[in-house]
Amino acid sequence: MSPSAVSLTTIFVIVAIGVAIGFLAGAHRKMDLEQWTVGGRGFGSLLMFLLMAGEVYTTFAFLGASGWAYSRGGPTLYIMAYLTLAYVVSFFILPQIWEVGRKYGMQTQSDFFSTRYGNKYLAGFVCVVGIASFIPYLQLQIAGVGIIVSIASFDGIGRTPAMATSVVLLVAFVFASGVRAVAWVSVLKDVLMVFAAVSIGIGIPYIHFGGIGPMFAALAHSRPAHLTMPGATANLGHTWYISTVLLTSLGFYMWPHAFGAAFTAKSGDTLRRNAVVMPLYTITLAFIFFVGFTAVLVVPGLTNGDLSLLTIVRKSFPPWFLGVIGGAGALTAMVPAAIFLLTAATLFAKNLFRPIFAPAMTDDQVAKLARVMVVVLGLISLLLAIYKSATLVGLLLTGYAGVTQFFPGVVLGLYWKRVTMPGVFAGMIAGVATVIFLMLSHRDPLYGWSAGFVALCLNFLITALVSWLTPAIALPE
Amino acid sequence: MGVKKPPVGALLLGLIPFVAMCLSVSLWDRIEPMIFGLPFNLFWLLAWIVLSSLCLWAAYRVEVARDKKDSGAQ
Repeated sequence: MSPSAVSLTTIFVIVAIGVAIGFLAGAHRKMDLEQWTVGGRGFGSLLMFLLMAGEVYTTFAFLGASGWAYSRGGPTLYIMAYLTLAYVVSFFILPQIWEVGRKYGMQTQSDFFSTRYGNKYLAGFVCVVGIASFIPYLQLQIAGVGIIVSIASFDGIGRTPAMATSVVLLVAFVFASGVRAVAWVSVLKDVLMVFAAVSIGIGIPYIHFGGIGPMFAALAHSRPAHLTMPGATANLGHTWYISTVLLTSLGFYMWPHAFGAAFTAKSGDTLRRNAVVMPLYTITLAFIFFVGFTAVLVVPGLTNGDLSLLTIVRKSFPPWFLGVIGGAGALTAMVPAAIFLLTAATLFAKNLFRPIFAPAMTDDQVAKLARVMVVVLGLISLLLAIYKSATLVGLLLTGYAGVTQFFPGVVLGLYWKRVTMPGVFAGMIAGVATVIFLMLSHRDPLYGWSAGFVALCLNFLITALVSWLTPAIALPE
Repeated sequence: MGVKKPPVGALLLGLIPFVAMCLSVSLWDRIEPMIFGLPFNLFWLLAWIVLSSLCLWAAYRVEVARDKKDSGAQ
């Protein structure tokens, strides 16, 4: 067999095992709306933990983090800081979100806004922003699969057919099995992912330099500026670091799927204890960085840094091992992508379309509409992945700039009695409009500040001001 | 909707990782001294992943102590 046949076959086998696990998990269950979207609420805490932990390791961490270590250098360190600090934030808000969720029977983030602020248009706006923010995150995963397949085929298969195939597979997978399948496949994916990260994080510096220490010594000698901020960039310095870390750590649990997962925990205390342990999970990322930094010296000159991890794996290991890493990477893209597709499609059908346009819809009709939306969102993300290129990290930051605009409404809603619906609505509109304007006019970062963070500050300010100027609302009992 | 506000002690403990990993970046973003073969900034962040976990554990103890006191007072 040719090297590309070996590596592609290995990837295919790993993905097939993953899909098979998914289909088995979904078999023998009647797929109504509840079962499909929230697994019938029968998730034990272990499965829940795996699902939540599994969402952290997307292709973003795998190809994106190493890609930025390669192409940007020092600024990539923001990823380690933001994930850790996201869990710190979660310690202070998730148990409270869980508490109000139980009290008022909430299932989604949109429920939180409609209960707290009593306005279905605000809740609908939250859905629209949530769905729009998912699209770059989905695009990121699809672009990741394209990269994996084209490198594993030794450039024999183009990225576009690879991405199209993966979207078809993804939609079929989500249709057939729903969220329970995704949770089980994420177990396989996580085991493979940790194995892949540690083995290449130690192995690749060892093969080329005799160890991690000598690799950094060589890099510090030949490219010292690459290891600190702003690294290889002109404008990603310390101001950018601070504003981006704040933006993304505050926004991490504002993603609709992460926010909604909090409601399924057994107790608020479980979430608190989870937050204590979860930062340790971030250590794996260091190994991914080692690979990206080694690639700077070993495979210089790649036009797209996101290719660096797999390019250096291909150069350092036999094809079957490239297949294992590629297979782990493919699952790492497809599992989160399935969660995002499910969440976004359900939000559209159940929390946006039905309450605002068609209150008479039955659950069956909502489920049908959600399935249609899975296809629509999959296609939109595919088209964007084909026609609009951006680094994987850049895509995620776009999504974060959107979802973090929910933060004032959530935190003030929990802790400040005086915050009002017009305040939150005005603040959020101002925040989202600012993000759109700054991004479309290529002003991110703005004078060194992350655009999403500038928008978040404005959002907070306007929320507080308008809240003071409008009469207090009666809180739900 | 009123939820219990976290105790001040727990909030201060939660602030420590933000200062150490985010706001103080210009103090530790350098290569030397390299520790365990890692550039100083990377080593610093790795160390603070573990220390942040410890901070949250301490914050957890503070909250548990407060909850105990509250339920004892009722």
